[in-house]
Order: sequence, then C-alpha cells, then structure tokens
Amino acid sequence: MKVLITEYLRINLDTERWECRRCGHEHGSARDNYKRGLLVHDRDPREVHKPLLDTNLYERTYSPDPTWCRILEYYCPQCGVMVEAEYLPPGHPPLHDVELDIDALKLQWQGRDEVQEPAVGPDLALEKVRHGRALHEHSHGH
Amino acid sequence: MNDNTISKEDKALLDKFLADNQLFLGPDPDIMRNHSLSPRSAAEDAILKKGLDTHQVHHVRGLINAALSEAFTMVNQMGAAPGAKWGDLVTGIYTAQGDLAMIAPHGIIAFAACCFYPIRFIIKNWTNDQTVGVKDGDGFIHNDARYGGIHNTDQSMMVPLFWKGELVCWLSSTIHEGENGACEPGGMPAAAESKYDEGIKMSPFKVVENFQLKRDLVTFLQNSVRDPKLQLEDMKVKLHAVMRLRDRIIAILDQFGRDALMGTLRLHLEDTETEMRRRIRELPDGTVRVLQFMDSSLRENCMQKISLAITVKGDRMVLDFRGTAPQFLNRSVNTNIASFKAALCTGLLQNIWPDLPHTMAVLSPIEIITDRNSIIDAEGEMPQAMSLMPLFKGCVVWTIPMAKLNYSLPHKYSAIVASQYDQAATFIYGGVTQHGDITGNFCADINGNGQGARSHADGEHSVSPVFGFMCDSGEHEINEEDTPIIRLGAQRLAKDRVAWGKYRGGLGYEQIATARGSGLWGFMTGCEGSKFPSAQGLFGGYSCPSYQLLKIKGINIFEELKKDPKVVEVFDIVELMNKRPIPGGKYSSNDMGMTFEVCNEGEIYMICQGSGGGYGDVLERDPALVMKDLAEDLMSHENARDIYKVVYDEKTLVVDEDATQKLRADCRGERIRRAKPFDQFCKEWVTAEPPAHLPYFGSWDNPREIYATTMGQRVKMPADQLQGAFMLNPKDVRIAELEAELAACKAVKA
Repeated sequence: MKVLITEYLRINLDTERWECRRCGHEHGSARDNYKRGLLVHDRDPREVHKPLLDTNLYERTYSPDPTWCRILEYYCPQCGVMVEAEYLPPGHPPLHDVELDIDALKLQWQGRDEVQEPAVGPDLALEKVRHGRALHEHSHGH
Repeated sequence: MNDNTISKEDKALLDKFLADNQLFLGPDPDIMRNHSLSPRSAAEDAILKKGLDTHQVHHVRGLINAALSEAFTMVNQMGAAPGAKWGDLVTGIYTAQGDLAMIAPHGIIAFAACCFYPIRFIIKNWTNDQTVGVKDGDGFIHNDARYGGIHNTDQSMMVPLFWKGELVCWLSSTIHEGENGACEPGGMPAAAESKYDEGIKMSPFKVVENFQLKRDLVTFLQNSVRDPKLQLEDMKVKLHAVMRLRDRIIAILDQFGRDALMGTLRLHLEDTETEMRRRIRELPDGTVRVLQFMDSSLRENCMQKISLAITVKGDRMVLDFRGTAPQFLNRSVNTNIASFKAALCTGLLQNIWPDLPHTMAVLSPIEIITDRNSIIDAEGEMPQAMSLMPLFKGCVVWTIPMAKLNYSLPHKYSAIVASQYDQAATFIYGGVTQHGDITGNFCADINGNGQGARSHADGEHSVSPVFGFMCDSGEHEINEEDTPIIRLGAQRLAKDRVAWGKYRGGLGYEQIATARGSGLWGFMTGCEGSKFPSAQGLFGGYSCPSYQLLKIKGINIFEELKKDPKVVEVFDIVELMNKRPIPGGKYSSNDMGMTFEVCNEGEIYMICQGSGGGYGDVLERDPALVMKDLAEDLMSHENARDIYKVVYDEKTLVVDEDATQKLRADCRGERIRRAKPFDQFCKEWVTAEPPAHLPYFGSWDNPREIYATTMGQRVKMPADQLQGAFMLNPKDVRIAELEAELAACKAVKA
C-alpha cells in the first residue's frame, strides 16, 4: 500500500520508505525527514524572479533581495524533479515540514483502498467568487 | 498571627467589592482569549434535549439565511463607505449567549467572527449595569479591535432581539468604514506609534435607544472623524438593515416559535463543530509546519517570522504559533490574538474547506497556542492600526500545511491550492476632494489578490481579497466623481510578475494613479513583500516575486499630456520606469510600505496587485500553457525560455516538443549535478543565528529563543518572556547615517 502525500512524494506503508512519485526512488525512512533523501541547491532568487526594472537605474526591481531571501530547491537525486522550493533568509535551518505518525497512518489506511491518482476536489473557492460576482452584478444592475 | 487567610464569606464580599468597583472595563482576557462555543445555556439544553424536527431546522435555517442575505444587500446598496459598495461588510446572527451562529452567505466572515467578543462584553458588563442595561430597541456600536474586531476601520451595530420579553438572539451589521480620525487619513495609519494615534476607539456602548440613534453620541463620533457625513449615514444604514433583519427573525419566531429559532442556531453550531472534528479525524496523524516571513514594519524593512506547526491526533488539532516574532511597541503591525483567530477562521473557510458553514464553530474544536506579546498575540499599549499585515498572513498561513495533510485523502472537499497573494495592495488616500470635502479611505483594488495555483489548473487572476469571496474591485468612474484620484492605468495584468510552476499563480494587476483638482491630496500604501516574497508556492511551485512602489514625482502629467498627447505611449509600469518618457520626472522604486505622502497634481504613483503562489515543478508545465501565457502577453519570451525551458518559434508560438523534452531532461541532469545531499548542505548552510545585517524578529533554530532588534541593538529573549521591540525613528537613523558620511568626508578632506 502506497499513500500519496504530495505531488512528488508518497509513503510505501509496507517498506516504511518515502518514495519519488515520478521515478520511484527511495528517499529514506518515512519516520525521518524526507528532505534528507533529496539534493538541495541554494538558488539566487534573482535567477527565478528576474529584475524587470533596469538594475543600473534602480535597486528595487521586482526581484527579491538576495541578502534577505534565498530559494532552497530540493530535487529527487534520481530523476531531478523539483520536490519543494523553500524560501528562507540566508542561513536559516530548513524546515521539517512533514512529520507523520507512520503507525497511525498504517491503521488509518487499513480500511481504505489504495489511491493511485490523487482525487481532485471541487473548485469551491472559485465557485463562490463567481457566484458572488453574479450576485453583485445583479444587485448593482450593471 | 496574620496568615492572610480569609473566610468564605469575606472572600465573597471581597470579590463583590472588586467586581463592583472595577476602575476600567478594558478588553477582558476571559472573553478575548476564548474562541470556543459557550456551553449550552439551560434554555438551549432543554430545547435540544426535547428534540427538534430536522426538516423544520433546515427550513428555519434557510429563512435565516435569506433574511441575512436581504440585510446584506440593503447595506451593500445603501452604505456610503466605499467598502460597503464593494461588499466589504457582513450581517450576522448570534445566540443569546453571543456565539456567532450564521452570517450572510456573501458576507465577510472575519468581521462576524470578531463580533461575538463585543457582544459577550455587552452581555457580561452592560446587562446588569443600571446605567446601561440591555433592552428591546437598544443598539450598540463598537470599532476597537481590542474588544474584538479586525481593525478599527470596521464599525459594527449590534442589537439584542427580544421576543415575548425574552432575549432570544443578537443581530449585527459591520462595514469597513475606513476613516476613523487616526493620525493618517483612511483609518489604517502605518505611522501610528501608540494606540493613541489610531483615532477613535469605541469600546462597545449603547448608541441606539427605542430604535433611534442618539444624536448627541452620533455628533460626538462625527466630530472625531474626517468624514462626518459618512459616519452618520452608515450608522443609519447599519441600524436600518439590522432592523429589517429583526423583522424577518420575528416573523420566523411568530411562525415557528422560540424553540425552533434558538434550537436551530445552537444545533447549527454544534453540527458544524461535529463535522470539523470528523474532518480532522480523517487527516493523517502527525505534524506539518510552515514559516512565513514579513519583511517590513511599514516604516522600515525588518524580517518578522510567523512559525506554525499543525499537529493532528485523532480528532484533536493544535495550531502552535510559538517562535513567532515579538510585538512592536511603536509600530502598528501588531494584532491581538482574537483578531488573529478571526483571520484563521477566514483562511479555513476561504481556501481549505469553503463548503463548511460560515460560523465560529469551525475554529471551536481547534487548540491555538501562541507566545504572549508576540506579533500575533500583542497586548498592552501597542498600536495595531495596521494589523492587516499579520492578519492577512493569518488568512493564508495554513493553506500550505493543510494541503500537505489533505493531499492523501481519498475524498477531497475542495481543490488543493497554493497560497493566495496576501497583501493589501491598494492605495489608501486622504485630503480635500474636488468638492471641498475632507475625506480619507482606500481603493477597492485591495480586492484583486491573485489566486494560488491549484493542483489541476492555473490560479485565477485578481480573483478576490484574501479575506472574502465576494468583493468588487470598484468602478474608477465612480471613484473619480467622488475623489481627485485619476486612474492613468488600471486592471492591466502585471506581466512577468507571477509565481511560476507546473501551474502558475493567478496574476495581479497594475494600478497607476494621480490626483487632480485638489488643493491637498495624498496617498499611502501598506504592503510587505518588497524584499522577501509574500505568497508561497506549493510542492515545488515558486512564490510570487517581490513588488515595489514606483513614483514619478516633480511632474504634472496633465501638463505634459497637453504639451504632447503622445508623451506616454502606454501607461505600463515597467515601460514607464525603464524608458522614463516624461522629461524632468524624478523616478524612484521604493518599498511597498509608505506612510502618508502628499501627491501634487499630476504626480504618478504606481503599484500592482500580486500573484498567488505557483504549484509544482516548472519543468512539468505543459508547453501549450506557456504558449497561451505568451499569446495573452502575461509573460516574456525570456522567462518562457529560461524558467520553463520550452523550445519554440517566437513568431508562430509553435513548440518543438522533442527539443523541449531534451532541454528539460538536460536541465534535470544539471540540477542533480549542481545540488548537494541535504545533510552536507545543512552543515554548510545553517548558521548559529540570523545574519548580522538582517534586522531579524522571531526564533531561529530554537522556537523557545526569540531574536529581536530593539533600539538598534539585537537582543535574544526566552519565548515565554517576550518584550516588545522599540524601533528607532527611521528619520533619526537616516540622519545618523548622513552625519557619519559627512564626518567621513570631512576627515578625508582634513
């Protein structure tokens, strides 16, 4: 039984290992931080959010300030897919963002069928906005 | 011997004496720190034990909804405040004990989720006070968020409903009024350095008797704000909307009886709480965490951390915010915990489980832990006029971690979505209008936050405010009739200022404004995210970029256009700033936090709404979607190539699929070559404390140790003994810098 945890991660309940959902690479124990099984790169945010204003004219250009913000990119060591993009101040310890109780997870999934493809929930937020807009348009008569 | 023990009788006498002689009925921690449902009252218990016909409950609930919706529409149609016109309002109904039961279907949940605090205050303090009392025909007003509320721009009218002599429920109407007599116009003064700079601060008090506004008190309030006409008009509007709501609820009582109404309200709350617990139980047990960073106090850049760990065990959920930045003593970006919880409630209902009933009961089963005197649990004399900063973060703070809990579920109640853009990216304004009136308020562009990307689709552009579903972004023609603001550019999507991903965030739009026909006019802006991006991406999606406030000062665009109608080819921020077409203009790019500043006729101020976060790896974005964005002029060719690694013909937008696949495979290989294993990376990356150059507020590696910079010096303190940070005046800091430069120059010269 494999449980989908994110777009790029799943937990194999039988082996208790984190796995890559793209290539099946094992990232390590599901009881440990999955990031320990990944590769990390410290990215200058100006490479991703490029300056839109002339850097000769302005200091602030729509790019984040690289002395305040760095992007830690986490890749699968086998297929290179980007699992997470973590924005941190320079030197800040990376976050242990997912720490699940594996024994409880096993018990919980005993009564569930394995899910191969993630369920997509309804776009309720958007539906509500559209409904609200229609109501507003109606009530203002334009 | 005096051992300080007193008898039970003496203790009771002492307690009564203290209760009867309380010098000041300030915000009551017993009320303000409790976000849970009250225990059933005896009446509610009796009704529910007797049993209710569920079909009738459903019927009554529908009628209440219709009544709330009608009252909402009344305020929306008649309200004078700009906020009322856009839908920045709510009407609500509360149990007799003051628990928020239901709101108008399109109302702003956060307002009502705050209103039960002042209602509980009224019940506790005024009901049995002979000088006040709570009677049929009374109405109470309130705006100070310290007694419950989002911020002091919002004013509420709260009315008890009596039926056959018994108080059976409370009704309310709240509008974001804007102007409130603060030290800056518009009601949200970033310049406030103490709570006494925030303008009028209404604790809950009676302003209506026998269904009539008390004119002496109304006059006092009008005399305290810059827009007295607005103050009067909207007090009338809220009162009459609530009176209509009262008529409708009385009709329900006449038809179905007291038990049906009171039972429905209570059952609605209890059912919602039960459903929340059921949903929590469905989630995997464990802990998920998220960090948010706010990069400005709106007076200076400084890095404030919000730390959240969500722990689930069975049907128990704990939100642990310990490790968050300490409060500021003299900056207005603090919030009290009750307002912050209302923001959390909003966030849950906006982007996580929007299908749940909009009541306070959704938050009731959740335990919330904070450090006292942190920026999200600020207490004492601190100002909180710009509490929107941490509150907007509160609206989105659990979007990302809850997606990590929800993703595995076999059935999802709503789409998985990255963070919505979470800044109040709008112009706040004030001054003398072209009609000679004094005014102060803010523009409806606050309602155009880009949606976060979803797990199956791009985010929608400028979809809604982060705090509600139903809000219009306003009509500039109407605004131009009322105020001197002229829009030179509006609703133009901010090209390339987007969060990239397999699915990209929804874009925000540009706002280019100037003033005309006023002797004195000005703007302010209150946003973070100019150095550190705001809206977080999900599962490998990037965050939005940073955003700036751009100005062209020292010109009059109207004079320039008279001289040469083609002086500006297109009012596009990036083009204007890079090409500098207006001669003699002083062009500058600034932080998005700006205190009130005079805008002379024809000077130009430019900001844009931001993008929601991206979803997934950019290398998985369908090239066809990249071409679509290019065709719609949402992005440049440079980014299409460098970020998404698509090979295509720039003229025809025909994709070379094979070449793209190869380029992306090469890029994945390059990632593997350049990156390091996590443990090795951490050894090199992690520092013992925040970098010396960074004015940092919050925990670093240990949530029990909090860093701050106070009076220009870095300090570290235990999280359970937080002291507020006192910030230096930015002008003093600048003067000191310039004096040092001058001294250095003189030294060289000597």
